[in-house]
Amino acid sequence: MTLSQRAHIVSAYGAELDQLADDIARMGGLVETQLTEALSAFVRRNAATTAAVRAREKQVNAMYGDIEKSIIRLFALRQPMATDLRMTISALKIASDLERVGDLAKNIAYRGEDMAEFAPPPVLGQVERLGAIVTQQLQEVLDALGSFQIEPALRVWHSDDEVDEHYNSLIADVLTSMKVDSNFVGPGHHVLFVAKNLERIGDHATNIAEAVHFMVTGQHLEQIDTTITSAGKEE
Amino acid sequence: MTDALPHSLAPEPSTASPTKVAARDINVHYGDNHALRNVSIDIPDRNVMAFIGPSGCGKSTFLRCLNRMNDTIEEARVSGSLCIDGREVYDKSIDPVVLRARVGMVFQKPNPFPKSIYDNVAYGPRIHGLARTREELDVIVEESLNKAGLWNEVKDRLLEPGTSLSGGQQQRLVIARAIAVQPEVILMDEPCSALDPIATARIEELIDELRKNYCIIIVTHSMQQAARVSQKTAFFHLGSLVEVGPTEEIFTNPRDPRTQDYITGRYG
Repeated sequence: MTLSQRAHIVSAYGAELDQLADDIARMGGLVETQLTEALSAFVRRNAATTAAVRAREKQVNAMYGDIEKSIIRLFALRQPMATDLRMTISALKIASDLERVGDLAKNIAYRGEDMAEFAPPPVLGQVERLGAIVTQQLQEVLDALGSFQIEPALRVWHSDDEVDEHYNSLIADVLTSMKVDSNFVGPGHHVLFVAKNLERIGDHATNIAEAVHFMVTGQHLEQIDTTITSAGKEE
Repeated sequence: MTDALPHSLAPEPSTASPTKVAARDINVHYGDNHALRNVSIDIPDRNVMAFIGPSGCGKSTFLRCLNRMNDTIEEARVSGSLCIDGREVYDKSIDPVVLRARVGMVFQKPNPFPKSIYDNVAYGPRIHGLARTREELDVIVEESLNKAGLWNEVKDRLLEPGTSLSGGQQQRLVIARAIAVQPEVILMDEPCSALDPIATARIEELIDELRKNYCIIIVTHSMQQAARVSQKTAFFHLGSLVEVGPTEEIFTNPRDPRTQDYITGRYG
């Protein structure tokens, strides 16, 4: 997987770039699975799944360390230029975002353990919907990364508003329930944390969309689509 | 001659320095060999322009047009319009010797004259009559060596041969020699290719300093050097100017796939 159609004259350099792209794709796949499992652990309060998420998080952290090392090596030894430069820089940013998504997924899974002592709250369906949107965002942006397509990356970037909408609605409902029934404060605060984690994962998906766009086009999204930025799109 | 440049070759608007060198449809033939094809480019003053491209792409040929070094090659034919400050370089009224003082040149290998350090720098001002007295000549020599960042290293050994200096010092001596005749444009043809990294860094630091006062054009095979020292970069390929633009853009997001392939090492 490279942006250029032509092979490098120095084949070892080309192989290193291919390896980097493969590593990012594998890390993305791992994080995607981790998020799906974390949501399952929270919504269905499945302790076995929580353990799997925790194990995967360690794997993701190790992968991030390896990717960071290989990128430092690429800069030191190959001094990438043009598409290679953009790909390497984007890979570093994407790996960092994926590592954070892994952390957030782990947090979500842990909340599932804490929720075990409570009856399933009525807002769980909303959590699932928000989770499904964010998972979809992550899948779509990772597909964009693998195929160098900017259209799906742009779709993800624009769908950040949808996440915010669902997030705000969920928060409002949880707070209302807490006011009405103080017994809901216990499970409710876990839902608030999970909602925030999901919203942050959505932000990381849009960050990845920006990195993919830059990698493919060489242009920064914010500088192109100023109308959307000025309309209040958050980081 | 046309004034219209293709989009990728159009000069930058806005804050760019005024144009020092304007070339339109420059063609160079060496006998039957068409070495340079319809090159049109604007080169700004007080800036460093880097020419990059594979060997034989025409970058040095174009550089040599700028001070009419190609005149010395019998079978070379140059056509098109080449102006420095609006004056046609190939006009019959232009004396190539005077032109070469205005457009100084530094070569790949340092080439000091077999004379003392002092005389290497004083030679040009003497023959161009730039100093009336020995004192005036002393001032020119000191100023030139200072601008070339060499004065402190040679001030106590000015009468020693120029060839006694290290390679990097010799290259700075040659730059001092070029500066001494008050040039406006300085051409550098791979000036660091024979130097070690420290001497190269000194020359690059010097180039950065000199660009405040001169229009500098450098031919280099080192992408990193072009990226480090220049504000604009032009890519030549098979005798044509493929793309020119701000150095940052050329090295992060070149428009032409040929530039992309060359700078990422996919050429050939």
